[in-house]
Amino acid sequence: MKKLLATSAVALTTLSGAAFADGHAVTACLITKTDTNPFFVKMKEGAEAKAAELGMTLKSFAGKVDGDHETQVAAIETCIADGAKGILLTASDTSSIVSSVKQARDAGLVVIALDTPLSPIDAADATFATDNFLAGELIGKWAAATLGDDAANAKIAMLDLAVSQPTVGVLRDQGFLKGFGIDLGDPNKWGDETDPRIVGNDITAGNEEGGRKAMENLLAKDSGINVVYTINEPAAAGAYEALKAFGRENDVLIVSVDGGCPGVANVKDGVIGATSQQYPMLMASKGVEAIAAWAKDGTKPALTPGKDFFDTGVSLVTDKPAEGVESIDVAKGMELCWG
Amino acid sequence: MSSADTTNDGVAKFEQPNRGFLGTVQHLLHVNPALVPLIVLVASIVVFGLLLGSKFFSPFALTLILQQVQIVGIVAAAQSLVILTAGIDLSVGAIAVISSVVMGQFTFRYGLPVEVSIACGLLFGTAIGALNGWLIAAMKLPPFIVTLGMWQIVLAANFLYSSNETIRSQDIAENAAMLQFLGAKFNIGGAVFTVGVLFMVLLVLVLAYVLRHTAWGRHVYAVGDDAEAAELSGVNVKGTIISVYAVAGLICAFAGWALIGRIGSVSPTSGQLLNIESITAVVIGGISLFGGRGSILGTFFGALIVGVFTLGLRLMGADAQWTYLLIGVLIIAAVAVDQWIRKVAA
Repeated sequence: MKKLLATSAVALTTLSGAAFADGHAVTACLITKTDTNPFFVKMKEGAEAKAAELGMTLKSFAGKVDGDHETQVAAIETCIADGAKGILLTASDTSSIVSSVKQARDAGLVVIALDTPLSPIDAADATFATDNFLAGELIGKWAAATLGDDAANAKIAMLDLAVSQPTVGVLRDQGFLKGFGIDLGDPNKWGDETDPRIVGNDITAGNEEGGRKAMENLLAKDSGINVVYTINEPAAAGAYEALKAFGRENDVLIVSVDGGCPGVANVKDGVIGATSQQYPMLMASKGVEAIAAWAKDGTKPALTPGKDFFDTGVSLVTDKPAEGVESIDVAKGMELCWG
Repeated sequence: MSSADTTNDGVAKFEQPNRGFLGTVQHLLHVNPALVPLIVLVASIVVFGLLLGSKFFSPFALTLILQQVQIVGIVAAAQSLVILTAGIDLSVGAIAVISSVVMGQFTFRYGLPVEVSIACGLLFGTAIGALNGWLIAAMKLPPFIVTLGMWQIVLAANFLYSSNETIRSQDIAENAAMLQFLGAKFNIGGAVFTVGVLFMVLLVLVLAYVLRHTAWGRHVYAVGDDAEAAELSGVNVKGTIISVYAVAGLICAFAGWALIGRIGSVSPTSGQLLNIESITAVVIGGISLFGGRGSILGTFFGALIVGVFTLGLRLMGADAQWTYLLIGVLIIAAVAVDQWIRKVAA
C-alpha cells in the first residue's frame, strides 16, 4: 500500500509538473513498451529522477502491451507536436517505428533508443543499451566453466523469447552459445545450430507460464537435459517449477539474463545458477542527460568505442564464481537490482 | 400415466424421415454436440501417436497435456457457461489473474491467514463476475462491451494494485504453501496428475451434470436459445444471467488459484491470452456462439485438442507458428461443421 501511495504521489508530482511547467523548461519524452514491466518502471524512475535534477520536464508514454506499435507511433507524434527536445524510446516494433523516428529527427528532436536497438541501429541518433550478446556470453562461459569436462556431453535446453525472434532474444541466445563453445549458424537467428548438445529451442514469452511449458516440452523430448538457458528470470522461475515436477531441480544448471530483484533472490536460493544483470536506471538517466546536452548546444550522444551503441554495462551475478569469468556476488547484485 | 402413454402412442407418432448416411451422421452430431471434438481429439492423438511413437503415446506425455491445458480448461468451462447464454466474457483471464494476485498479496502484504486470503480471492472473482452479470442483465448492456470494459478495468487495477511485483515461488512454498495446493502432484504408473488437473476434470463433470439435469442448467440453455421465450415460460432471465456470470467469475478465481500452483509464483503478467484461448477451446468444442447449444464436455475436448496439437508439433520439432496456423484452421472448420449441423434443425 505504501508503495502504491508512493507511486501515485510520484505520478501526481509528474502530472502537476507537466501542467505547470514554464515555457522555458526542456521537455523530454520517454516511450516504453509497457508501463507494467518492472524493467520499464525502473527505467521511468531513473528518467524522472534525472529530469528533476536537471530541471527538465519528462513526459512518459507506454504501449498497452509488449508489441503495441500504434500507441508508440501516436506517442512520438504527440512529442513532436509538444515541442519536446528529445525522445527516449524502447521500441516494440524495431523496424516499423523507423519512419516515425525519422519524422521526429527531421523535426529537430534527438531520438535515443534505450535497451532495444532499432533496425537498422543507426535509425536512432544513439542507442543506450545492455550488450545483450555479451550478457549471453557471460552466462555461457560460466556454464561451460562450471561443468568443466562435462560440458562436452551437456544436453542444453534453449528457452527463447518469441517466434518472431526479436533482436534482444537472438543476441542473448547466440551469445550464450558462443560463450559455451558451440558453433553458431547464422548469428542473426537462433535455432539453426547443428551441435547435437542442443536438445531444442522453445519459446516462453518471457514469463513463468511460458517458461514452465517450454521446459516441459523439451523435457518430454529429452529427459536428460542438464543445462537450461533462459531469456529472462521469470522464464527461469517457470522452468524451475517444471524441473521440480520432474524431480530434476538439483542436477540441472539454469542460467538467465536480467538482474531483477526476484531473479537475484532466485540466484541466492540456488534456483538460477548465474544471471547477467543489466541496468535500466542508468540507461534512462544517461538518456536524459544526452537530451539535455542536445537541447543546450546540439551535442550528439557519444557511443562506446568499438561498438555501435553506448554500453550501459552488464555484470554476472552468482555465488559460485567460475574461473576465468568475472562476476559479482549476490549481495552486490541485490544492491544493484531493479524491480 | 397410462392414459398419457396411449395418447402418445396415438398422436405423437412421427415418421422417421429417410436421411441417408450423411443425414444420419448429421442428425447424430446434432444430438451429441460433443461428438465432433471427441472424434478430432482421438484422431489427433492417434496421428501424433503414430508419428512420434512412445515419446508421445505414453502416460507421461498424455498427462503432461492435461497439466498444460488445466488453466485454459478451467477458464474455458466458465466461458462455456457464459457463451451458452449467448453472451461472451472477455474478462475471464483478467479475473483469474487478479484473483491470484489478491490471494498472494492478502497473504504477503497484509499477513492474513492463507485460507482467508484464498477465500477473499475467490469472493473477489465472484463479485467481478456478478457485476458483469448485473450490468448485462439489469442495465441491458451488451456482454461484449461490458466484459471488454471490465477486462481493461480489472487488468489495470491488477497492475496498479500489485505494482507488477512477482511473489516468488520459494517464498510461497515457505510461508503459504496452500497457495500452491492445486499444483501438488501425484503419480499413477508413470502418469502424472496434479490437484489442479483433477479439479478441472471434476469441474467439467459437475457442470455437465448440472447443465443437463438441474432446473438452473436447463434455464441457462433456455435463456441462450431464446431469452424472450424463456421469460414468457417463467424463467427468471435476469437472475439466471447474473448467476451465470457470477459462477463464471468464481471458476476464473479458481483458475487463478490453479495458476499459482502451476507457475509456483504469483505473477501479475500471466494469463494475458486466457480470454482468447478459452474462446478458442469453446468454439473448437462445438458450442454455438449464438447460445443455447453445445456441451461443456465439448469445450473440455476442445481445450485438449489445442494441447495435443501444441505438444505434438513441438515434439516433432515444428516451428511454433504451425501450431497457431493449425488452430486457426480448426476454429474455422469447427464453425463450418456447426453451421452444417444446424441445418438439421431448420
